Amino acid sequence: MTAVPPKTHRPTPGQTVGPFFHFGVGYDKQHEVVHPYSPGAILLTGRVLDGAGQPVPDSFVEIFSADSDGSVPRARGARKRDDHTFTGFGRAWTDDEGRFEFWTRNPGAVDGKAPFFATIVFARGLPDKLHTRIYPPDDETALAADPFLASLEPEERATLVATRTPDGGLHHDIRLQGEKETVFIAF
Amino acid sequence: MTETAAAPESLLAAPDQASQRQITQEIVDLHAEYARREAAGETLRQTIYDFPPYRSSVLRHPTKNPKLVDPETIELFSPAFGQRDVAAIEADLTLQHAGEPLGERITVRGRLTDSWGRPVRNQLIEVWQANSAGRYIHQRDQHPAPLDPNFTGAGRTITDDQGEYLFTTIKPGPYPWRNHVNAWRPAHIHFSIFGSSFTQRIVTQMYFPNDPLFALDPIYNSIWRQKDRDSLIAAYDHDLTKPEFSMGYRFDIVVDGPDATWFEPEDHE
Repeated sequence: MTAVPPKTHRPTPGQTVGPFFHFGVGYDKQHEVVHPYSPGAILLTGRVLDGAGQPVPDSFVEIFSADSDGSVPRARGARKRDDHTFTGFGRAWTDDEGRFEFWTRNPGAVDGKAPFFATIVFARGLPDKLHTRIYPPDDETALAADPFLASLEPEERATLVATRTPDGGLHHDIRLQGEKETVFIAF
Repeated sequence: MTETAAAPESLLAAPDQASQRQITQEIVDLHAEYARREAAGETLRQTIYDFPPYRSSVLRHPTKNPKLVDPETIELFSPAFGQRDVAAIEADLTLQHAGEPLGERITVRGRLTDSWGRPVRNQLIEVWQANSAGRYIHQRDQHPAPLDPNFTGAGRTITDDQGEYLFTTIKPGPYPWRNHVNAWRPAHIHFSIFGSSFTQRIVTQMYFPNDPLFALDPIYNSIWRQKDRDSLIAAYDHDLTKPEFSMGYRFDIVVDGPDATWFEPEDHE
């Protein structure tokens, strides 16, 4: 491994998506990472909430994850879905109750690490993107062994681990601010 | 146009309706405070999450600093897009209807690179904007300026092998909003950009040179350093201007990569 050379280009700063992103970035089946009810398909649902616990109705969430077997998707077609190619990427609006939902599959472990959905939140009123992760709760051994999760206080860690629903799906709320503020990450 | 679910219009107007003078003073004070904090050795991000002059951010920004983490494998890859996802014509926002849209026709061209100046190839750029009168097609935009039946204001493209992109569109008008009394956004085009790793994803706004609204706008000024704000202003480029057709602007975009996004050429797929 050679040393990383110094960066030569200053990054372009981010800005809010504003209120009118729907017509700009929306597309058919954007939240259907997999075809609904296809084998292995689950619903990943949640809410985006503000510092007063109120729903954020004008936000969107993006996820990118490995397939159930841990393979990293490299296939094109995340914008023009063919209903069978797994591209790993989805985008979901929040509705008036702040709810978002994706059809996707449970991510598999990559390199033996605890699996998660890489997640980004955008919203009107949010000056820049926020990165976070959504970890399924099932593999407690892998979660306990994860160095990042282990570095967090229990209440912080809880903001990153989803709840398994009775129908086999996942539920996960993202709190932009407040008592149970979601842990956001930078790289 | 059909109605969607009840629009939370009340959310769009800030409750206090401050004067422009007050908002501008808040902006000046915050920029000075951030300059002091940086001089005192603090590391500050380019865009400030906690920026109250942008009133709707007050309950929507995290209060804790993001945790610095080493990206995992999935975060070092990016969703893959290609010509299958986007048709070439989608980069021309003036061709989406039967007639020509009203306004000043422009082309916006630029290069998408990473922090080391390497082109970001085959990645998706999405844009959206108001029309030449400053009106968005979105049904919640109640600005009483005319809609243009020949302009929607959304487009997308895939960067080429040099990381270059090109859009043909109409110069958007300034846009009034309800952040404070007599609040107007400088003319801007929203850009949504994917890098070669998910960590590099950004959404930003491109502005036009010499806009008199720059100093007044809390969103533009949520970027506290002048040189970073300047980097969002496209450059007029006469070489990109097409005779008797359109004015040309250049807007280069750099996606930020952590060191982990540096791959030796042979490592890169």
